[in-house]
Amino acid sequence: MPFKRYVEIGRVALVNYGKDYGKLVVIVDVIDQNRALVDSPDMVRSQMNFKRLSLTDIKIEINRVPKKKTLIMAMEKADVKNKWENSSWGRRLTVQKRRAALNDFDRFKLMLAKIKKAGIVRQELAKLKKTA
Amino acid sequence: MAPRKTPHVTRNPDLIRGIGKYSRSVMYHKRGLWAIKAKNGGVFPKHAPKAKAASPVEKPPKFYPADDVKKPLPNKRKAKPTKLRDSITPGTVLIILAGRFKGKRVVFLKQLSSGLLLVTGPFKINGVPLRRVNQSYVIATSTKVDISGVNVEKFDDKYFGKKAEKKKKKGEANFFEAEKEGENALPQEKKDDQKLVDAPLIKSLESVPDLKAYLGARFSLKDGMKPHELVF
Repeated sequence: MPFKRYVEIGRVALVNYGKDYGKLVVIVDVIDQNRALVDSPDMVRSQMNFKRLSLTDIKIEINRVPKKKTLIMAMEKADVKNKWENSSWGRRLTVQKRRAALNDFDRFKLMLAKIKKAGIVRQELAKLKKTA
Repeated sequence: MAPRKTPHVTRNPDLIRGIGKYSRSVMYHKRGLWAIKAKNGGVFPKHAPKAKAASPVEKPPKFYPADDVKKPLPNKRKAKPTKLRDSITPGTVLIILAGRFKGKRVVFLKQLSSGLLLVTGPFKINGVPLRRVNQSYVIATSTKVDISGVNVEKFDDKYFGKKAEKKKKKGEANFFEAEKEGENALPQEKKDDQKLVDAPLIKSLESVPDLKAYLGARFSLKDGMKPHELVF
């Protein structure tokens, strides 16, 4: 039952509450027991309560409170974006976003596709049942 | 008087609303009233009043009401034409929310002068004829259909109005029979209009896959669908 994701300098976290909801940020310093200094290429460095952060598996190599340029370079080196988008958590979020943005017509087409797929699966199953 | 060529500028600019820059005596001089007086021999010129045409003697009216009744204030307000939602453009697929065709997905043609929306199924696809629908009872989806081949010029509110009934002669024997005959037979002309509008529409619908089936299906809320979170 030991912890696997630690709050440390360089830990990438997902904001789960507030104005920056859904953003990936890097912990660049710890302020006190409850708060961290947090930074990201597209936002101003600011403090955040740990309760607003969900830690991810990704960690990058930086010193305490790096300059913005250094931070961006370190994020490129660790390839945070691709690691995130290929992780199952990141993929799940992309799917959720896509589903929420579906048009009424898109939902209709999705329904047709689901029915078609289920029909094909059932056919194959019936074939397998016959031979077994 | 001939109309002025340049707009009149006041000689006494306002310092604040109600207070002019120049006093009465200064204005007297600015306006040249002293010159007008001088020209007229020290007195301000007076013009004889225009002779009024002799008006006919008005007799008191023969009848007036016993009590004085208050007249209602005149109301000159004009109703503005209904504003069409930005999301509704010709060719938009709409979802009708109430009435006989609730849940039907339908193609929007144009807004009539009364503010109602002219809409068609097309009839062959989902049974909705050329019909008027109120904007408030409609959800506009973001799906658009190409409507350029359709001519909707001739349709207006009068086309959809109730036909004036011919006065029936009162006769007991005919009473019950005559009512049933020819009450709701759709005139052939309207059927032809429907076909004329629908033919080019159906052609442009066929170019998009699944669109015909989409328009033929009704919309309904399923489990887990939250209307305020749905993107239409």
